[in-house]
Amino acid sequence: MAKPRTVVMVPVDADTVAIGARDVKNRFAEEIGRRGLASEISVLEVGSFGPVDAGVIAAVQPDGVVYGGLTPDRVDRIVEEHFVKGRACREWLLSGEHPLPDPRATDSRHTQYAGRIVLDNCGRINPENIDEYIANDGYFALGKALSDMTPAAVVEDVKKSGLRGRGGAGFPTGLKWGFCASETGPEKYVVCNADEGEPGTFKDRLIMEGDPHKVLEGMALCGYAIGASKGYIYIRGEYKLSIERLRQAIAAARAYGLLGNNILDSGFTFDIDIKIGAGAYVCGEETALIESMEGKRGLPRLKPPFPAQQGFRNKPTNVNNVETLANIPAIVQRGADWFRGVGAANMPGTKVYTILGHVRRPGLIEVPGGVTLRDIIDDYAGGMKHGNFKMAQLGGTAGDLLGEEMLDVPLNYDALEKVGHVLGSGAILIMNETIGVCDFLHACMRFFAHESCGNCNPCRNGLRWLSAITARLKAGTGYPGDIEIMEEIATVLKTAAFCPLGQSPAGPITSALRYFKPEIEKGIDHSSARPKPDHTARALATFAG
Amino acid sequence: MTIELTIDRQPVSVPEDATILDAAKAAGIIIPTLCYMPDIASPGSCRVCLVEIEGARTLQPACVTKVAPGMVVRTNSKQAREARRLSVELLLANHPWDCNACVRNGQCELQDLAQTMGITDVRFPYAGEEVPLDTSTPALVRDMNKCILCRRCIGVCQDVQGVSTLAPRARGFDTVVGAGVGDNLCEAVCVQCGQCSAICPVGAIYEKDAIEDVWAALDNPKKHVVVQTAPAIRAALGECFGLEPGTCVTGKMVTALRRLGFDKVFDTNFTADLTIIEEGHELLTRLKKALVDKEPVALPMFTSCSPGWINYMEFFFPDLIPNLSSCKSPQQMFGALAKTYYAQKAGVDPADIVVVSVMPCTAKKFEAERPEMHGSGYQDVDYVLTTRELGRMIQEAGIDFMALPDGEQDTPMGMSTGAADIFANTGGVMEAALRTVYEVVTGRELPTEKLHVTPIHGLEGVKEAALTFENCVPDWKFLEGVTAKVAVAHGLANAQRVCDKVAKGEADYHFIEVMCCPGGCIGGGGQPRMTTNNVRNARIKAIYAEDEGRPMRKSHTNPAIEEIYRDFLGEPLGEISHRLLHTHYEKKESSLTPATQAK
Repeated sequence: MAKPRTVVMVPVDADTVAIGARDVKNRFAEEIGRRGLASEISVLEVGSFGPVDAGVIAAVQPDGVVYGGLTPDRVDRIVEEHFVKGRACREWLLSGEHPLPDPRATDSRHTQYAGRIVLDNCGRINPENIDEYIANDGYFALGKALSDMTPAAVVEDVKKSGLRGRGGAGFPTGLKWGFCASETGPEKYVVCNADEGEPGTFKDRLIMEGDPHKVLEGMALCGYAIGASKGYIYIRGEYKLSIERLRQAIAAARAYGLLGNNILDSGFTFDIDIKIGAGAYVCGEETALIESMEGKRGLPRLKPPFPAQQGFRNKPTNVNNVETLANIPAIVQRGADWFRGVGAANMPGTKVYTILGHVRRPGLIEVPGGVTLRDIIDDYAGGMKHGNFKMAQLGGTAGDLLGEEMLDVPLNYDALEKVGHVLGSGAILIMNETIGVCDFLHACMRFFAHESCGNCNPCRNGLRWLSAITARLKAGTGYPGDIEIMEEIATVLKTAAFCPLGQSPAGPITSALRYFKPEIEKGIDHSSARPKPDHTARALATFAG
Repeated sequence: MTIELTIDRQPVSVPEDATILDAAKAAGIIIPTLCYMPDIASPGSCRVCLVEIEGARTLQPACVTKVAPGMVVRTNSKQAREARRLSVELLLANHPWDCNACVRNGQCELQDLAQTMGITDVRFPYAGEEVPLDTSTPALVRDMNKCILCRRCIGVCQDVQGVSTLAPRARGFDTVVGAGVGDNLCEAVCVQCGQCSAICPVGAIYEKDAIEDVWAALDNPKKHVVVQTAPAIRAALGECFGLEPGTCVTGKMVTALRRLGFDKVFDTNFTADLTIIEEGHELLTRLKKALVDKEPVALPMFTSCSPGWINYMEFFFPDLIPNLSSCKSPQQMFGALAKTYYAQKAGVDPADIVVVSVMPCTAKKFEAERPEMHGSGYQDVDYVLTTRELGRMIQEAGIDFMALPDGEQDTPMGMSTGAADIFANTGGVMEAALRTVYEVVTGRELPTEKLHVTPIHGLEGVKEAALTFENCVPDWKFLEGVTAKVAVAHGLANAQRVCDKVAKGEADYHFIEVMCCPGGCIGGGGQPRMTTNNVRNARIKAIYAEDEGRPMRKSHTNPAIEEIYRDFLGEPLGEISHRLLHTHYEKKESSLTPATQAK
């Protein structure tokens, strides 16, 4: 078969599929076929390669041209202009410079995708074709581990790589694997946490949609390392396309003998099933996730015992985030030293972020550990779209608010900890001066109050009052003393709540008070007085918020 | 192995499985608790017992955190104190303040916590909407306005009883403890054991009060009001007046009841003895059918004294109902006989007799209203009071319980043996039955020390014993050499284990005693709060002491029992027995019976 000179790549992910990406892709194929160009131009369905607000996109390579805002009836013109007349169709050219994948390159490391570890295949290969994954070194690491490495050596490699959990908590992955590996007993589980409930975070979805096999390979490597033969992907039900592609990928890997009994004749058996969650934020917490997997109400468990000792079905269980697992094949294939060479010394490897808000190019990026917020805004997100930078929320709704003075702090676990912040899940929300801090805090608190599982008292009750207080501050009707009470509840939540969900609202509140206290103080109405609770007339008691 | 740690700068040494709460207690430090339950897995969710542990990122709940070597704990640091205080303030903010008119006023754990922590102001305005009381069952009242979501009730309902009627619903601030899927307990599969009401720290679940009805009966000069007290009451009633658990107060109880105005103070023990005669004969008859006549007969036979257990069978193991003894519970036998046998003997019109029971149990309230329980032509038992309610009545009547002289029950229905006393605790019905059955079959007394069957004593969830009949009397010669295998279970989660075994045909028992509540009736849902395993053991010890102190310790030696067979019943399992003392049960979907529907 002749190698086509040009490819049209249409990213089909959960966002674009809803606005007709598949129709656009089909229309391209149809039009190109109608004009007899099918042998020269191939049309590919790929995963997302980054941009999120540009409608349906199509990238033409090697021309390096990206079209956005496509509908099927616009395809006609583009095919006519671009492929017949040979000039880019200016009308729907996507402004900005997204790093573009080049499917013709045999080694992704030599393309503009250089430096990508997790997303190297995303937007570049057809996620529904296992051969394309294999052609790009896919399952090489699994083969290497099974033939050349002991399980302990794999754990050791992951430890040495310095990889830390990419779900938000940043716990050293190798250490976690080591706990589980040291447990005896034949029944252990690998769980991939694909619940991704943190608002503004959708990196895991795009990884699963764009390169599902990488996640499967990461899980299989984990299973080999810790001695598990069964893996589960706990995925939120809204992620329909991810579920579809993962299912397809699991079936393909089974058909190739890369999952199932006696993988590659090594004696290692590992299989993966999907468990679909019902969309509770708390189920992203690993013990609540396990409860949910067991068919119970998603409530966090008491720790200890930790999942590594007693997890799913009370057996040793290792739970890792999607992105964490997607790092594993590269680490095993290229070694811990190579991985440590990428990124900062204290944060080896890369980090995938979803960058949102008032920036020119919101979307998915993968950057070496340790770049600063300013780098991200200016270099990767094209700068502020309008207005001036006021604040950023790092790591989703549970994340800290960062003021302007934090723009030059490197985004890595230790550097952020030194200045009293945490990195979180990978969402970066950039806000300009049009956003009021109290308004924003109320949105966060309302979210938490809604998502609180209701199990522990400070979270269940405290968040209800935090939501009420921030509503008052937002409306400018705060009672004198509200700020102190808000801070008190937040501080107590951080140390007293049962699980990270209840502990994390302290992040936005204490950081907001740190950078924006004068603005928050404007929410107090000094002429008002806190009403005395009237508990006996409770049927009549109505209070705002 | 012991573990050395430091709590509030004091070195403490405790067993390795101890919690910080245990260790603090050993060091003389009181850590406040709320959702914590002794002997049951605590949810660790109220955050009232938080302590600071050196090196830990967050505060830890003392009730569920195990000690570790070298641990340094601060129970009274500023951080811990403030977190605990805010936790309680937040609970108070979402709890009605009508304490003065609450059933738990003065005995409320939330009140105590607020007082201990010196909380005098709540900075959050209560904003809940009032929800109606759930009074849909004969046994329990649920006031969800007062629920503080400590989840103790869920713990007992799910883990101890394995019934799982109560479960959290909705999320966050909207969370409520729901019963089944409907709004009312009567629509749910609830056995009405009342363990939830015995463990609730506030006034959110409590027994449905029959005190006013009983006062009305006592105040009515036309009514002849007789009272029966269950075996377990005497070992627990004293706790209502500050006595140590395990103090037997039979004599004071009798005097108090007389002073309350009851016309006759009888004893459920009398019908406990009668139960042994009827149930013992029923067992021997089933064994005869199985071994001699080779007829199909349901074995093993289960005891039927515990109404929560009966409810459980009807819901969960309807296929095993034929295995239940057909005997009514002692409470219901008493009611049926009071309005027939006693009415005749005393020359009182049964229509004027009011039978009041004092029971350690909330399910007994339900049982009294069963349509099956009208053997006398009237509702056999009119009102059921729990131990807690009797305590309140005595207080209300201004009776100085501690100063009361001992009294004795009236005859004939107040006469009983030690075998009846031990109906109060797990293993007791079985032991009482074996004392009689063995003697009937062999003509000799049970050859064990002090007539006790020790393998079935204690709080082990499922207990077993075996007894071989040798040198049998001619009537029971067919049992020669037969080894009777018996099992005893208490707490419905344990009962379920036994039932599963029987249902699968894996059990080779002949006779199984099941008590709904852990520890048996002494741990019933109507007993004084808090019933821990220590309290259970103390009450059991008191009951066995009561038994051993009796001149008569075998049911068949009770002269009042001989008398009733001679004068009224004729013979065990006879026609009158069949009408008054036996019944049968049916499969049920929810606790909504015709009797409760009519209400």
